Amino acid sequence: MRKYITQKTLVYFFLISGSVAVLMPFFWMVSTSLKKLSHVFRFPPEFIPDPIVWSNYPNALTQLPFGLYFKNSIFVTGGCLLGELIVSAIVAYSFARLRWKGRDFLFIIVLSTMMLPRQVTLIPEFIIFKELALLDTFWPLILPSWFGNPFYIFLMRQYFLTISSELDDAAVIDGCSKFGVFWRVILPLSTPVLAVVAIFSFQYNWNDFFRPLIFLFSNENYTLALGLRFFQGNYGTQWHYLMAVSLIVMLPLIIVFFIAQKRFIQGVVFTGYK
Amino acid sequence: MINFSQRNLNKRHETILGWLMVSPWLIGFICFSALPMFASLIISFTEWDMLSKPEWVGFENYKTLFFEDPLALHSLNITILFTIVSIPLNIVFGLALAMLLNTSIRGLAIFRTIFYLPAILSGVAVALMWRWIFSTEFGLLNALLDIIGIEGPAWLTDRIWVLPSFVIMRLWSVGGGMIIYLAGLQSIPTNLYEAANIDGANWWHRTRFITLPMLSPTIFFQLIVGFIFSMQIFTEAFIMTNGGPADASLFYLLYLYRQAFQYFDMGYASALAWVLFVVILVLTIILFKTGKSWVYYELDTKKLK
Repeated sequence: MRKYITQKTLVYFFLISGSVAVLMPFFWMVSTSLKKLSHVFRFPPEFIPDPIVWSNYPNALTQLPFGLYFKNSIFVTGGCLLGELIVSAIVAYSFARLRWKGRDFLFIIVLSTMMLPRQVTLIPEFIIFKELALLDTFWPLILPSWFGNPFYIFLMRQYFLTISSELDDAAVIDGCSKFGVFWRVILPLSTPVLAVVAIFSFQYNWNDFFRPLIFLFSNENYTLALGLRFFQGNYGTQWHYLMAVSLIVMLPLIIVFFIAQKRFIQGVVFTGYK
Repeated sequence: MINFSQRNLNKRHETILGWLMVSPWLIGFICFSALPMFASLIISFTEWDMLSKPEWVGFENYKTLFFEDPLALHSLNITILFTIVSIPLNIVFGLALAMLLNTSIRGLAIFRTIFYLPAILSGVAVALMWRWIFSTEFGLLNALLDIIGIEGPAWLTDRIWVLPSFVIMRLWSVGGGMIIYLAGLQSIPTNLYEAANIDGANWWHRTRFITLPMLSPTIFFQLIVGFIFSMQIFTEAFIMTNGGPADASLFYLLYLYRQAFQYFDMGYASALAWVLFVVILVLTIILFKTGKSWVYYELDTKKLK
């Protein structure tokens, strides 16, 4: 019995110290973001700011047009999300439910492109968008999403396959077309996987820095990630402001995470553990 | 007869609809994957600044990459080194956390939320946060080390410590793997453990002969995905160190980015991209080959029966 109790204590000890280690960086961010600048550069640091400077937040956010960056980020993230969701679902349905020649071969190609490092295609892609005179617009960021995403196609196909095909047959007998089956039967039953894809897409595109960095140049087109980097370049030592803005940029994701935590975990488990 | 041709017609319809519905992906695949891949291979044999006409130079770029440009190989080396250290550590920590959480403790949901939270965040904001944590004079890490009487290193500005800093940073988001291992652990049938207990197995035996083999496909999948992801580290390095100090954290993609979008040496950058692609491909194949010896698939044994 005693051995059992010490074991439990050890487990809790490790878990709690792990949690502290994970939460510490957040705490440090919040703490820094509420300090007076002169207090930021103190060693040893004060962990609870004194005084607490709430005005850092409005001050930091008005240094640069963060409202505009926010709007751009929402637009790009939303545009990508819609495209990836709609098109991937359509493609996945064809792979999961329709019978046609060449289907299995094409699906293997989908799987292999999942592993493709995007950098191999990056330079020609840049040239394509340059030729189309679409550099420094949102097109290069959003357009590829409207051709589907192999990873999401794969996820949705796997999910569609778990839906009983007897439902399809019943709908067809009732006079439903194949596309009607997709629209009226499969999609309504697939909200879990649609939610997972929406969350993944939001998370990925919101965080993305590499593509905006390459395709956007002018300040008024910056997404939050680019704006944040620009801010760092210009106000590099004002850590109280930098941390305040960084927290604001993280906030939408954190909120979505707490609202849809179950879906997040479902999705990750579904993709990583089959 | 009517029925038969009707079915034929349906089949034709289905084929047409099938192709129609995959066509967005197919067009995207051709325009944004297949042709660009082919094009980048061609470009890698040229010298091209995007202003003047591309000039065919044969294997010149590859010769430079492997024999004349120490930075290219250096950046490849440190990227592989970082991956080799970071991925196993992430797997070990992720597994350890999952096993701790799988011991019927209270507050599982809270711990799971806390550990998983960092895994959803990435990009510039996180990189800025870590840059500030690693600050030599005013950072959190050295402040904590100071409390226990250790004078911390210069982390991001020290050539030796900069790579370990990135490894530490990546360990923070170990919760992503943990969630997956936890699901795997929970799906291992308990009767396996009961049988082992009757046979007098201790914790180590249970872990070594039940948990790890049952979890090996999951671990393997995480290894592959983690490897491919880790080889492409960019944003953190770009924001936190921009390759410094003295190129000690000049990860491969950072170098590629400079060649392509700062020096506009598109030919050389394409060669770099193709080398990365081949390196990732070859190492992934090697991982798959070695995986056969330690990854346990339940299905295989069923087939044998």
